[in-house]
Amino acid sequence: MPREPATVPAVRPAAGLVGAQPGGGDAAPRRTGLPPTPGPTAASAPRRSSLTLAQQRIRSAWLFLAPMLIVLLLVAAWPLLRTVFFSFTDANLSDMSGWQFVGLDNYISLVEDPVWWRSVVNTLIFAVISVAIETALGLIIALTLDAHIPGRGLVRAAVLIPWAIPTVVSARMWAWMLNDLYGVINAALLSLGLISKPYAWLADPFLSMVSVIAVDVWKATPFMSLLLLAALQVLPREIYEAARVDGVSPVKVFFRVTLPLIRPALLVAVIFRILDALRVFDVIYVLTGNNQNTASMSIYARQQLVDFQDVGYGSAAATFLFLIVALVTIVVITFGRVNVAAAGDGR
Amino acid sequence: MIRALLAATALTFGSLAVLSSAQAEGVTVAISCSSLGIELQLCQTGADAWAKQTGNQVKLVSTPPDANERLSLYQTLLAAHSKDIDVFQIDAVWPGILATHFIDLADAVPADQKGDFFPTLIANDTVDGKLVAVPWFADAGLLYYRKDLLDKYHKPVPTTWAELADTAKAVMDGEKSATPDIQGYVWQGRSYEGLTCNALEWVYSYGGGTIVDDKGKVSIDNPQAIKALEQARTWIGTISPAGVLNYSEEESRGVFQSGKAVFMRNWPYAWSLANAGDSPIKDKVGIAVLPQGDGSDAKHAATLGGQQLAVSKYSVHPKEAADLVRYLTGADEEKRRAIQGSFNPSRKSVYSDKDVQAANPFFSGFQQILENAVARPSTVTGQKYNQVSSTFFQAVHGVLSGQSDAKSAMSGVDKTLDRVSHRGRW
Amino acid sequence: MIGARRLFGRIFFYILIAVIIVYTVFPFYWAIVSSLKTGTSLFTVEFIPRHPTFENYVALFKEQPFAYNILNSLIVAASATIISLFLALTAAYALSRIRFRGRSAMLFGILSVSMFPQIAVLSGMFELIRLLGLYDTLIGLVLCYLILTLPFTVWVLTSFMRELPRELEEAAIVDGAKPWRILTRVFLPVMGPALAATGLLAFIVAWNEFLFALTFTLSNEHRTVPVAIALITGASAYELPWGRIMAASVIVTVPLILLVLILQRRIVSGLTAGAVKG
Repeated sequence: MPREPATVPAVRPAAGLVGAQPGGGDAAPRRTGLPPTPGPTAASAPRRSSLTLAQQRIRSAWLFLAPMLIVLLLVAAWPLLRTVFFSFTDANLSDMSGWQFVGLDNYISLVEDPVWWRSVVNTLIFAVISVAIETALGLIIALTLDAHIPGRGLVRAAVLIPWAIPTVVSARMWAWMLNDLYGVINAALLSLGLISKPYAWLADPFLSMVSVIAVDVWKATPFMSLLLLAALQVLPREIYEAARVDGVSPVKVFFRVTLPLIRPALLVAVIFRILDALRVFDVIYVLTGNNQNTASMSIYARQQLVDFQDVGYGSAAATFLFLIVALVTIVVITFGRVNVAAAGDGR
Repeated sequence: MIRALLAATALTFGSLAVLSSAQAEGVTVAISCSSLGIELQLCQTGADAWAKQTGNQVKLVSTPPDANERLSLYQTLLAAHSKDIDVFQIDAVWPGILATHFIDLADAVPADQKGDFFPTLIANDTVDGKLVAVPWFADAGLLYYRKDLLDKYHKPVPTTWAELADTAKAVMDGEKSATPDIQGYVWQGRSYEGLTCNALEWVYSYGGGTIVDDKGKVSIDNPQAIKALEQARTWIGTISPAGVLNYSEEESRGVFQSGKAVFMRNWPYAWSLANAGDSPIKDKVGIAVLPQGDGSDAKHAATLGGQQLAVSKYSVHPKEAADLVRYLTGADEEKRRAIQGSFNPSRKSVYSDKDVQAANPFFSGFQQILENAVARPSTVTGQKYNQVSSTFFQAVHGVLSGQSDAKSAMSGVDKTLDRVSHRGRW
Repeated sequence: MIGARRLFGRIFFYILIAVIIVYTVFPFYWAIVSSLKTGTSLFTVEFIPRHPTFENYVALFKEQPFAYNILNSLIVAASATIISLFLALTAAYALSRIRFRGRSAMLFGILSVSMFPQIAVLSGMFELIRLLGLYDTLIGLVLCYLILTLPFTVWVLTSFMRELPRELEEAAIVDGAKPWRILTRVFLPVMGPALAATGLLAFIVAWNEFLFALTFTLSNEHRTVPVAIALITGASAYELPWGRIMAASVIVTVPLILLVLILQRRIVSGLTAGAVKG
């Protein structure tokens, strides 16, 4: 059980509750369980020995970072740099020692390949739509689970199930359920009178993209919900109480208070969903194979790397994919104003 | 630097392996064959018998049945010169792709027995004059039909594609009231290797060649091939469900086995399942060679499939490994596998064996189908086969789904493959 | 008027919950139904199986060391999660509470590890694992799963910790507490929900990972659940023994559901903390 150390001073009370400004350390009080009394003004006390203290803290920052950085470098440096390196060569799986530098040739061929651009467009459409739906649904689910409903524990576990089944299996399961002739989806929709004839969900160019997105939404929404639920848990209860007493409508409370407060967590969740969606492989590969109507960038890269044994060209595709993902992430971070550098200290 | 390090570690581990194996009696040969079930059981008993006979040991490594997953695992292991697996079970289209990693097995097949294997299979496994794998069991595309329904409407087993379409239509019209969602013909139309198998059968049966001829020249852009694809295009939405464009083997079987289709193209494995105790179509199924097209060169075609055994160049015990391959592909072992697991032998002589015939009545027609089976152009295109196949099946898929017309699609394939092959030199 | 709106809201609320539950749970229900069927009945739509059988479950444990595989998965996923949470927690403290040069760049660098497609990382990781002599070991798997879980855990914990009020820490600093003490005594206690949620998500990532697990282990005794499921096959390689695959999926989901039920107390600990303390 969380226990507050006795030394923790009181936090400032939230200013105007409904208009509470989010972000940084100045946000509304979190449940410290202590009475709201005015705290010391920021950094006034520590400044006494600020130089040595700041230095000390920076030193300990590196100390704290070191284990993680060392491990991450150990596992990630070689595999990633190797991919970038091979993207400038003509390496082939059949003889990995016989490569030669080819400069930017792989990238030039890639840029000239309409199939690649098709997969880029597919991936972007897929990522934008699925992440948008996942975010909206995830928010709704998280808010629902945050409310007091009977059997909440079980519902929470139930909602998480899709994330818990290995993708390779769950995608196959959906392929089975979406079969046009013996699939349960068509059977159910037919008997409910929602459709008049069975649809070929995975064969039709348009419907197959819809199906792939629907399965991904099913699969990844729990990820969103869980992270947002955790973010909601950290919000101060007092705000809701105050809002309720003031008679502010729940919708208003959500948009004016809740959303701004969970925005940082929401954005981190969205960023990781975007990373995953842009690198999507399993779901699409299992559901529709190499079909060009739905093939993603990862499927393209895999085909070159594994099926065609073309390590050089495949690595170029993977590196290009990386650049696109990085670009999108930068855009999201910039426009989402994710406070990468924000900190509770020294501001 | 890193490469040197890697080499050093490899050496250390290699010598360790040699040391440890020298202490045991005989050596340990690791073989990758199948993953589970009866296939694993048969491989295990076969390999154990060899081990007992020779005083060596065998270790079975199970690998996933999914061809893509297995190939990718093999490639990673072989590209790293791994010694973990000595004998690899490989698919019919992999000899060309993996040839550089395998030893020549010419000596593993006794000279007087070489003729016993089906020549198409041996040709398929010979890359640049080197026998990189020994055929183990064979597969070929078959036409499954509903005996009861053909009898009911007094239709013969179709021998041409046009006839198949007519018969399918007639039966569908007649059965509509009893089974509203009945289909005429199901096959494998998903955008994957299986579509190459299906489409090759159509094209070849129209005398349209094998995409790339055995000299390496790209031959797909020809009128007969285009005709074949246009014919197949007409099936979608008429005798075949639109969903067939995402069917692989199991989806077609699911439809056929639940009694919802008159005809099906599939591999031999579907036979025993369609005739299983709980199958609604038990004893109502017949198999035949796939229909032929029209034109002067029309013929019945069946795409060749099956599995071979190969020995890794990086194996510490290539001699023992090759001997294991010799044993497993021997006539006695193939006979045992045919009787106990219905695996189609790669040797002709086994088909005439009485016990084999008694256990598998449908084998009799299969031998002839195998004799005339057509191999995918995987040997001549070597490393680039997957690129050829994927270019082809994606174009075919585009034609079938109505996104492009056969003529321009095939000329596109021709152009791409011409470039990929450096004008047929591969 | 208010009452009618309230009622309407209530009804809408419950309908929404019902729809969400059907959407998420129905496929799992369908997996259970399918796991109780064999042979041709798998190709028919029966919402309640007419002849349920446990054959698939029995076969699963008979043919493979499936219990072993589950144990392996538990070990690997738990180790990877605990290690990443520990590394990420200390890193998150530095990244969220201490100002130093290059912090944004470092955060972005950590994130960029998650931007490569897994298949492109595979060969390099394979060489690394062999170089370290960890091929076909569970330790090797734990190590390479860190590439999947670390960026995620670091980022989420950083973002959570950044949102904690500055005053929490300042008082401790005034008291002369060292960063380690601040982290463990001040921040850790309030990080419950974040740690539980992140840990759970990281656990599931490791639990479900397939490509690395398939490539970096070779013997059945060292294989994890997703690989074991992929190995399930029928009499021939073409046949997909659907009933058994579904049975396996149902079994491997159970530990995760239990885990959620246990951890959810942590996830909502923030909620109840005040009450308990009061």
